[in-house]
Amino acid sequence: MQHDEVIWQVIRHKHCSFMSKITTGIFCRNPYNVTGICNRSSCPLANSRYATIRDHDGVFYLYMKTIERAHKPNDLWERVKLPRNYEKALELIDKHLMYWPKLLVHKIKQRLTKMTQMRIRMRKLALKTREKIMTTPRKEKKREARREEKAEKAAVLDKAIEKELLARLENGIYDGIYNLPFNKFLQTLDTDDLQAEDENEEESEVEYVEGNFELEEEDDIEDLGMKDYHIDEEVDDDDDDDDDDDDEVNAVEEQRVRRKSKPAHEKSEKDEFGKKLKKRPRIHVEVEHEGGERQKVTF
Amino acid sequence: MGGKRKTNENEGMEGEEDSKHNIKKMKKEKSEILPSSIKNKEKRSAVHAKLKHQKKLDKRKKLKARDAAAKRALELGEEPPPKQIPRTIENTREADETVCMPDDEELFAGNDADEFSAVLKQDRTPKILITTCRFNSTRGPAFITELLSVIPNSHYYKRGTYDLKKIVEYANNKEFTSIIVVHTNRREPDALLIIGLPDGPTAHFKLSSLVLRKDIKNHGNPTNHEPELVLNNFTTRLGHRIGRLIQSLFPQSPNFRGRRVVTFHNQRDFIFFRHHRYIFETKEIKQSESKGKKAKDTKGESISKEKVIARLQECGPRFTLKLVSLQHGTFDTRGGEFEWVHKPEMDTSRRRFFL
Repeated sequence: MQHDEVIWQVIRHKHCSFMSKITTGIFCRNPYNVTGICNRSSCPLANSRYATIRDHDGVFYLYMKTIERAHKPNDLWERVKLPRNYEKALELIDKHLMYWPKLLVHKIKQRLTKMTQMRIRMRKLALKTREKIMTTPRKEKKREARREEKAEKAAVLDKAIEKELLARLENGIYDGIYNLPFNKFLQTLDTDDLQAEDENEEESEVEYVEGNFELEEEDDIEDLGMKDYHIDEEVDDDDDDDDDDDDEVNAVEEQRVRRKSKPAHEKSEKDEFGKKLKKRPRIHVEVEHEGGERQKVTF
Repeated sequence: MGGKRKTNENEGMEGEEDSKHNIKKMKKEKSEILPSSIKNKEKRSAVHAKLKHQKKLDKRKKLKARDAAAKRALELGEEPPPKQIPRTIENTREADETVCMPDDEELFAGNDADEFSAVLKQDRTPKILITTCRFNSTRGPAFITELLSVIPNSHYYKRGTYDLKKIVEYANNKEFTSIIVVHTNRREPDALLIIGLPDGPTAHFKLSSLVLRKDIKNHGNPTNHEPELVLNNFTTRLGHRIGRLIQSLFPQSPNFRGRRVVTFHNQRDFIFFRHHRYIFETKEIKQSESKGKKAKDTKGESISKEKVIARLQECGPRFTLKLVSLQHGTFDTRGGEFEWVHKPEMDTSRRRFFL
């Protein structure tokens, strides 16, 4: 009927529940709106002859509203399915909206274009993988942080690592690299000879010695896997070490206080500990460089 | 009235026998009044202070008694009374049936047949591909450069916009053994995805408390030697599997002369990563009657024991990992078969850990 103007006056100046004002403009949230802007010519409520395109599950429908059906709100909007093909859809629109105002038809075609483009893009994106943001509740994040801190304190890391390294040293993985005194070798001073001999034997037989396959505690299960390679390492080292082993037993003490990175090729040799503990030991340090020069330092 | 008298008499008769008990009971009740039941604040705080003081005195008394007993036993040459073991979370951990036993045949068979056995038996040398998520961050590149220096034979490739599945294919073609994806959130690396190849498991870790090398005081500079690996406390089957996954990232022939050690220490399901250079030294301690005296080595007066200690210098980054999920194949969130997923309901018990 002819009260479009009245409707518009009321809506625009009083209150329209579809209108939303933001900083950049005034928009209309009515799903039947063609342009989306709150306008006199774009308001579906204030125009008795109106048409839109709406999309349902990827299929486009042309909706038309005429003044003849204005009193039957149930049958107000006539729906026509648009074909998938863009050109054919345009032709169909032209056919249905032949005698309608050109502006409206133009707006509808623009909307169709935009929606087809959007449909293409959505389908392309759906093929690609996108990252989904999962949120964790704040409570859990805090709880995890707290537990981590306590776990770090409980795991006295430095001590644990040192303990593990010392255990490996005692197991004999580093044989041939370090000749460090062990506690058990020093407890009694009388049986030094025997012990020195024992050490010599261990040195020469190092390739046949197997490490402990028993696990002392449950934690070092990884040693099982690691044993596979330490034997290979020793076989390689043996060739080098046989040359350098002295049968003389000199008391040795070497201090390395360097904190810089050690170059790879430098070899430092230490002799075994043992016999000469009774006498005040004369400490011999032999440092061998790759160049071949042997430097002896006596303390 | 008669009734009253009777009750009185009864009370009187019984009272004599029970009076002592009653008095004792009443005394006990008096001394056990909770301070929280007293409404008067001054009085309540006074009672509470007194209670605390009493507890402190009791504790000190107990400690003294214990020390005295130990000393006495030592003087007499007997065994001192056994020390009490404090109760810790690790002590009271819920018994887990999946803990690996040293004599488990099935475990060894499983080890031979799993995806890492090729790398761990030195058939293949590990070759790692490191990449990031799509958007890189402030600390990401620094962390990645440090990772490159920690893990030998690792390469960094920029992410671009490739799908992770494509990246997996590409890496397979180029004969990599693992992929590490560093994921960043809010400009900080916060997750690590380790994918074993060719169709190895995918482990998703949550990364936290990252400290870069430059932020560590007195840090050392790592060399290029192959590092040693220390994996602590991976007890259960799941932990063992994760341990092997981590092991497969590193070459299996460490160079002991390089004295470089990389540690993954599992404590209460948090895996702490540390990277050190170590050195063995001898420290002389004088063993005398009194315990714990350390003096310089004198001319053989007392038994001088030489203790071997290891000293560490930290180099390289420091971070913590927590396992979020372990998937059986390569990365496929939708179709994958997950071996283990962390669910919030697993956190309900404070004594239950999975690694």
